[in-house]
Amino acid sequence: MPDVTFTVDGKKLTAPAGTLLIEACRKAGIEIPSFCYYPGLSLQAACRMCLVRQEKVPKLQTACTTTVAEGQIFTTESPEITQARKAMTELLLGNHPLDCPVCDAGGECELQDMTFKYGAGESLYAETKQHRNEQQWSPAVFYDRPRCILCYRCVRVCGEGMDVWALGVENRGVHSVIVPNVPGENGGGDQLDCEECGMCIDICPVGALTSGSYRYKTRPWEMNHVSTVCTHCADGCKVTLGVRQSNNGSEIVRGDNRDKSGMNGDFLCAKGRFGFDFVNHPERLTTPLLRNAAGELEPATWEDALRVAGARLKEVRDSRGGATIGVIGSNRTTNEENYLLQKFARTVLATNNIDHERTTDYAAFACALAGHPGKTAGLREIPSAPAILLVGGNPTDEHPFLAWQLRTNVRLNKARLYIANSRPIKLERQAKLTQELPPGGYWRLAAFLDAGQSDFSKAILAEESLIVIFGEEFRGPAVESLIAWGLKRANVRFAYLGDHANSHGAADMGLFPDLLPGYVPVTAPGPFAEYPNLPAAPGKTLPQMLDVANGGLGALLVVGANPVTRREVDLAALQNTFLIVQDLFLTETAALAHVVFPAASLYEKSGTVTNTFGDLQMVRKASDRAGAKPDFEILVRLAGAMGEEVKKLVPFGRGAMTADLGQSRGAQAGEADRHAVWLEANGLEPRLSPFDPFAVLDEIERLVPGYKLDRMNLMTGNDVRTEVAPTQPATASAIGGEDLIVPAHDTLFTSSTLGRYCSGLNEIEAHQTREHAEAAAD
Amino acid sequence: MPRLVSHPDEVKIVSRRFGQGAANIDRYIELGGYESVKKCLAQTSDWIVNEIKSSNLRGRGGAGFSTGMKWSFVPKQSAKPKYILVNGDESEPGTCKDHLIFLHDPHAVIEGTIIAGLAVGAKSGFIYLRGEYRYLLEILERAVADAYARGFLGKNIFGSGTEFEIITQTGAGAYEVGEESALMESLEGKRGIPRIKPPFPAVVGLYGGPTVINNAETVATVPHVIAMGAAAYAELGTPRNGGTRLFCLSGHVQFPGVYELPMGYNLKKMIYEVGGGVANGNQLKAVVPGGSSTPVLRPEEIDIGMDFDQVGKAGSMLGSGGVVVIDDHTCVVEFALRTIGFYQHESCGWCIPCREGTDWLKKSLARFHAGFGKATDIDNIQYLAENMLGRTFCPLGDAAAMPTIAFVKKFRKEFEDHLNGEPCPFAREGVPHLTVV
Amino acid sequence: MSTETISIFSPELATRFDALVTKYPVKRSALVPMLLYAQDEIGYLSDAVITEIAHRLGLTELDVRNVASYYSMLRFKPAGRYNIQVCTNICCMLRGAYDLYERFREELNIGPHGATADGLFSLEEVECIGACSWAPAIQVNYDFHDELTPDLVPGILADYRGRAQAEGSKNHA
Ligand SMILES: Cc1cc2nc3c(=O)[nH]c(=O)nc-3n(C[C@H](O)[C@H](O)[C@H](O)COP(=O)(O)O)c2cc1C
Ligand code: SF4
Ligand code: FES
Repeated sequence: MPDVTFTVDGKKLTAPAGTLLIEACRKAGIEIPSFCYYPGLSLQAACRMCLVRQEKVPKLQTACTTTVAEGQIFTTESPEITQARKAMTELLLGNHPLDCPVCDAGGECELQDMTFKYGAGESLYAETKQHRNEQQWSPAVFYDRPRCILCYRCVRVCGEGMDVWALGVENRGVHSVIVPNVPGENGGGDQLDCEECGMCIDICPVGALTSGSYRYKTRPWEMNHVSTVCTHCADGCKVTLGVRQSNNGSEIVRGDNRDKSGMNGDFLCAKGRFGFDFVNHPERLTTPLLRNAAGELEPATWEDALRVAGARLKEVRDSRGGATIGVIGSNRTTNEENYLLQKFARTVLATNNIDHERTTDYAAFACALAGHPGKTAGLREIPSAPAILLVGGNPTDEHPFLAWQLRTNVRLNKARLYIANSRPIKLERQAKLTQELPPGGYWRLAAFLDAGQSDFSKAILAEESLIVIFGEEFRGPAVESLIAWGLKRANVRFAYLGDHANSHGAADMGLFPDLLPGYVPVTAPGPFAEYPNLPAAPGKTLPQMLDVANGGLGALLVVGANPVTRREVDLAALQNTFLIVQDLFLTETAALAHVVFPAASLYEKSGTVTNTFGDLQMVRKASDRAGAKPDFEILVRLAGAMGEEVKKLVPFGRGAMTADLGQSRGAQAGEADRHAVWLEANGLEPRLSPFDPFAVLDEIERLVPGYKLDRMNLMTGNDVRTEVAPTQPATASAIGGEDLIVPAHDTLFTSSTLGRYCSGLNEIEAHQTREHAEAAAD
Repeated sequence: MPRLVSHPDEVKIVSRRFGQGAANIDRYIELGGYESVKKCLAQTSDWIVNEIKSSNLRGRGGAGFSTGMKWSFVPKQSAKPKYILVNGDESEPGTCKDHLIFLHDPHAVIEGTIIAGLAVGAKSGFIYLRGEYRYLLEILERAVADAYARGFLGKNIFGSGTEFEIITQTGAGAYEVGEESALMESLEGKRGIPRIKPPFPAVVGLYGGPTVINNAETVATVPHVIAMGAAAYAELGTPRNGGTRLFCLSGHVQFPGVYELPMGYNLKKMIYEVGGGVANGNQLKAVVPGGSSTPVLRPEEIDIGMDFDQVGKAGSMLGSGGVVVIDDHTCVVEFALRTIGFYQHESCGWCIPCREGTDWLKKSLARFHAGFGKATDIDNIQYLAENMLGRTFCPLGDAAAMPTIAFVKKFRKEFEDHLNGEPCPFAREGVPHLTVV
Repeated sequence: MSTETISIFSPELATRFDALVTKYPVKRSALVPMLLYAQDEIGYLSDAVITEIAHRLGLTELDVRNVASYYSMLRFKPAGRYNIQVCTNICCMLRGAYDLYERFREELNIGPHGATADGLFSLEEVECIGACSWAPAIQVNYDFHDELTPDLVPGILADYRGRAQAEGSKNHA
């Protein structure tokens, strides 16, 4: 649309013709109040708060529906308009309870703000109010009818935004009420059957919809708000955690979207919003545990636990060799922790036996894209891409935010979504075309498309630019063949769906027996040649480490993983292994350990994580759990306890690597402090503490291919792109390890082992199952 | 069966066939029916539109918009099908004329619909009747079936090679569904919530296609305009207000009924001569000239011609043709309360000012009338109504606000007489119920 | 035969519904008439009615309920066999509608929205029914009765009682 010029309150503004006046004004810093208008959702013009005067038009017009055209003249503030808005507020307050002090939304209520602004301070009407009882619609959602101002935001976000359509409006006139989709005793809806995303709660401008987990717990101004990244799925939504001081550190009382700065904007799913309560779970570990002479785990001091673990690791390494030690890393710890873990394994424990629970084949993905920079797509691009091919996966359940992005794009931009899958998925409702694939038939897709026989392939071939998103069904050769197909075409870019908050980061950070960070083969370590004592041969994979036939390891360090359950490990394999576990809970794996370290969760530490699209974001420490320590700190202390020089591991302070100067062996022998040189060249200061994860982030950026980070953006809280493509094609065996990949298949309410400790999610899950059981019984 | 009335001053055009059995298709044809549509089939669409334009026929649904103009707004080319939509939702209190048309002359509506279709190039028409008019729907459905049987409707109407279909539809109790875009929503099987305008129905209407929506009386008038010629029809009325219209005289007149009178007919004469004056020898207190949403007139204001422009000048509206006469034994506060009670009940609830405003007005007036009024209430009621006016999503809010403002302004004294613990000066045994919910 | 294999409606109504859903350019246009006709047959919009209509039109039950609850003629609770609807809007009010209503109440001995013990009659006050010039007017189900006075009330009731008896015996025959 061409730009047009129009006048608002005497100011000349320019915007594309057809822009909504309310949007054009907001962009120009002229705030027009509204309850019902919500960007991206259908227009209602119902609340009449946005009334403005347009010259030559007899009645006041709604700015939310007026589109701008050349030469128009508007007034948005005048006594007449102020009076109109004041009257609107007065009218609303007529039936609205005036008990703000006890309302859950007090302090965060748009009606309160409007009343304050337009001064409807006097109660003109002394009639009795419409009273209705509060209802609980689900474990997550409560509805207090008298507070509802009928802005229909919830109805729209649930229907248009989520494609769930669980909310509606019943009755008419002043008896109109928002209702959920499951009718109760009296016919009217009183229970929700939905995805429990809580979007309705978040979007409610007043205190009508409140959250089961937060309501009446505290006042908004009594919380600190920390914006960090959700720990659950691999989409990496930003979540604002409301934190309150408590007697054992601090307590997270709310997860929401107050800070809409993340790429997820408005969006959060049930896990992001309600899945934070594991941090306060009673079974949370808060003290290290040591196995005593009687063979039982008993609480120990950090000093003792570290001493025992460090001594034992050192002893095994020195007596039996690093190759008898194994390390298993986590999909939920930060990049810095994962990087540190592999460096610790390789340079301190002298082993390449390092792996993680692979939920998707990022290694194959990276290697297939080797030498082709710029071919991955970020999650931010999804809502504006003209065409998207989704092969496999079920984003609605497993990648709720991606599903939201796709729906938004189809709804607002008429994007063309193509879906090829071996099973029906809900997103087909948004698809332009769908193609059923035989299970296991994914590897033939490239040939099928090229044949151009079906409408589906013809349509895809006709697309000038395409983003291809692979589900976790894709592995090795199938990934390679479709990427090869895409690379032949000009504008095809890719993304790949993995499972947890930092699965992609774990892979990028080299939690592989044969690949260093950035998918650099251990056999040709390139920049990592500077690692002291880097073992040359590839190590054992996770199943190999836990395989009885392998005779067992001397020691195994497991960080934030629960392979015993996930892999149904034969416990005999661990019989003679000294097991050290860092975790939040006494998982099945931790229960077998000799030393257990209580770890901090992602919400209790700083660092970065990389989502499945390669978007890297900072996580910020929101709360504290007395007794637990970040995995980063535990590793550093463990290295210390082994008598290692920590500076070799974490480049902190001045002269981080000068210690190597006098060294006679290794690639870096005799060189100057490379890290310091790099820092200086990049205008960065050395970090002062060995526990500062950003020291490692600096090293990651210095050494890991594909992790050239836009620091400015990162530091201001934005997501920045990383790339998986290694500079040289790798031929590591990780690629062939298709059986190593075990997708988590978490649903909207599960989150693998961690999910078991999310009471809120479990309650929701139980509610869902109960409902479906009832429905089935009918 | 509603009683038919007559008066020498009547000019029977639309009501010509009332009481003559014209619901029967043969009888309708005998009485000259379906000739106009044949005439139109031989003409261009532009000719039809121009004929209606120059007849000065104005919409009988309430707003009085020029029918010919409305038709001319429909784009000639359209990717989506165009539709004619006949508004037979007749729900404005005081209005019962469409009732008689569907009862006595359903074929006139059918014929008018076909002509409208020819005029704008629509191939189908919908006739929407309010749900309460079930017996009329049955009469109409019979008439439509008969017209199909004769080949007047269908793929090849009157053997002309032109196609035209008519589909009937029933409402289920909702005044707001009379509003044009809410009607379309209802016809599409949804809640009767009006749509955002623009786009206007002529461009994007029913099922997204360009749509002409007209009141049933408007449509039933069309064949007569074609038959008698635009000039002759226009001639009957006043400038810019062509022809006659059905006035529904009700309330405290001696001879209530539906009378067809020329546009511009004097209101006072209508009440005193046609209606036989105020019943029971009482005096006139007030007149609501065009259905319950139009501002009330005091006796000294009724010496006016009943056309859209003159009534507008007098500060009210010709509206839907419902003339409600109120005698001096009636309490204006109670009348205002019953009026607002209706709008409160019928508000669709979509927008704040109407949903909340009608409720508060009803509550305040009920309390006030029950003898618990405060002096400040009177101003508050007026303030509230004035703050609804012109700010609602659709005209229903105005329809509630306008009469309220007029009652308070013009009969303030009566409001004041209710104060200070004084009982309603007109109190009868038993207070109004207003239990409608 | 209806396309619904198991229908709660009579075969006639089911067949009528089959036709209704094809009558309009979009299926759901049939919703409001279907609800009304279903109510005419079943007496009110029971859960089963909602379920079947939602199914026939491919709508969610929530959607159907939302629409149904908008229209004042549609009800979710049974009414009497003869539902007496007294218009008390302005024109009828001016001509004695409240006295008429009162008389019905006395004769039937029930309150607003109440029904007689035998289930024969229910009574409600309604908005304008389009009979303003023949006020006061009422509707008994769909039948109009106009220009009424309270004195006519017993006769009207007797008439419907008679009808009920006649129909009842017909039904039993
Ligand atoms: C709240 C409301 C109710 C209305 N009810 C009716 C009605 O019952 N019948 C009618 O013909 N027009 C009604 N109208 C007017 C219609 O919106 C529309 O203007 C009319 O049908 C156009 O036909 P006309 O141009 O022939 O008058 C109503 C308007 C509003 C705002
Ligand atoms: S979509 Fe994924 S990352 Fe986002 S809130 Fe939900 S679980 Fe967390
Ligand atoms: S924001 Fe415009 S009417 Fe609500």
